[in-house]
Amino acid sequence: MPSLKDLKNRIESVKSTRKITKAMQMVAAAKLRRAQEAAEASRPYAERMDSVLGRLARSVGGAQNGPRLLAGTGSDQTHLLVVMTAERGLCGGFNSSIVRLARARIEELEAHGKRVKILTVGRKGREQMKREFADKFVGHVDLQGVRRIGYENADAIARDILARFDAGEFDVATIFFNRFQSVISQIPTMKQIVPFAADDVEGAAEAAAATHYEYEPSAEEILADILPRGVATQIFSALLENAASEQGARMSAMDNATRNAGEMIDKLTILYNRSRQAAITKELIEIISGAEAL
Amino acid sequence: MADVMKFDLVSPERRLASIEATAVRLPGSEGEMTVMAAHQPTVTTLRPGIVRAEGPEGVAEFVVISGFAEIAPDSVSVLAERAYPRAELGREELQKILREAEEKQAVAETEERDLADRMVADIAHLLEMME
Repeated sequence: MPSLKDLKNRIESVKSTRKITKAMQMVAAAKLRRAQEAAEASRPYAERMDSVLGRLARSVGGAQNGPRLLAGTGSDQTHLLVVMTAERGLCGGFNSSIVRLARARIEELEAHGKRVKILTVGRKGREQMKREFADKFVGHVDLQGVRRIGYENADAIARDILARFDAGEFDVATIFFNRFQSVISQIPTMKQIVPFAADDVEGAAEAAAATHYEYEPSAEEILADILPRGVATQIFSALLENAASEQGARMSAMDNATRNAGEMIDKLTILYNRSRQAAITKELIEIISGAEAL
Repeated sequence: MADVMKFDLVSPERRLASIEATAVRLPGSEGEMTVMAAHQPTVTTLRPGIVRAEGPEGVAEFVVISGFAEIAPDSVSVLAERAYPRAELGREELQKILREAEEKQAVAETEERDLADRMVADIAHLLEMME
């Protein structure tokens, strides 16, 4: 049985842990709001970009005639997986769920005899995958110093990926990130970004109703100009979704931790009171039996 | 009113404008153009320059650095990677953008050379216009 002093110390230490988790939860809540606003603000651009790209892609007459970013290399032998995770931990299953999805994809691709290369964005994903897949790593993007994700971060990543594509390092690129659904639910998602995949279902209906567009300069030239930006835009929205998801996950993880700490304090306090009463009773018995013995 | 159209200017990070306009002047890569309602649907890339939207509520001017515009009979959407309301963009910032472009120009390969040259020239021109 722990002494009264030990119990008191434990209660104090759990209390200060609770203070920390509570503070982290509140910080995450504030950051989540900002992250959601940023994700919201980026949506009009991304949506328009998608629709213009989709229309352009169709107007050059299907994927075969387009530039390489659209048509692909004609093979799908080498895959580049861009795994986006957080820089920090303590956010529940946020990082592990992305890594789990990526791992499943790697195993699937390898079972089909494809080659896999990995580019990580965010420190946590790198740490988790380093042991298993160290030989497949081709690069890492560090966002540790970045306080607010801006378009230039996404642009830099996109340029890195496109340079590798131009150098023939891979045929297909896929990004892995968490799509933000709500504070308690983030969905690990994978999305192919190279070659550009237009949403066909929506596209087909739109094409039927599409008006005829003029292009200045030619559609091919515009496409060549816009496609790299499309890649950057997709990465940007993924980064923003990820940032919102991270804060959401951290918020609920810290909420749980705070609640657990509260329960633990209650239990320890009861134990403390009982021990104290037992000690008092013991002393009383000693005094009384001492008095009786006289 | 048939001669009013919707003008949107969005950058990846925010929506800069969503207003009614009667005429929009765009720095198209094939030359300046002024768009009015019922324009032929067009997609054009933009060069660095000033986008000027005239509407019932007055004139709004924005500086854009590269991007493209999608023109429909009843709307003009400008998607610019970098865009600023003209009043917000200081001379220093523009000079910084110019320096960035010059750095790119210095390392540009032959086929990108033309593009980089034009970029620098356009931004320099823009800097003069802002005086």
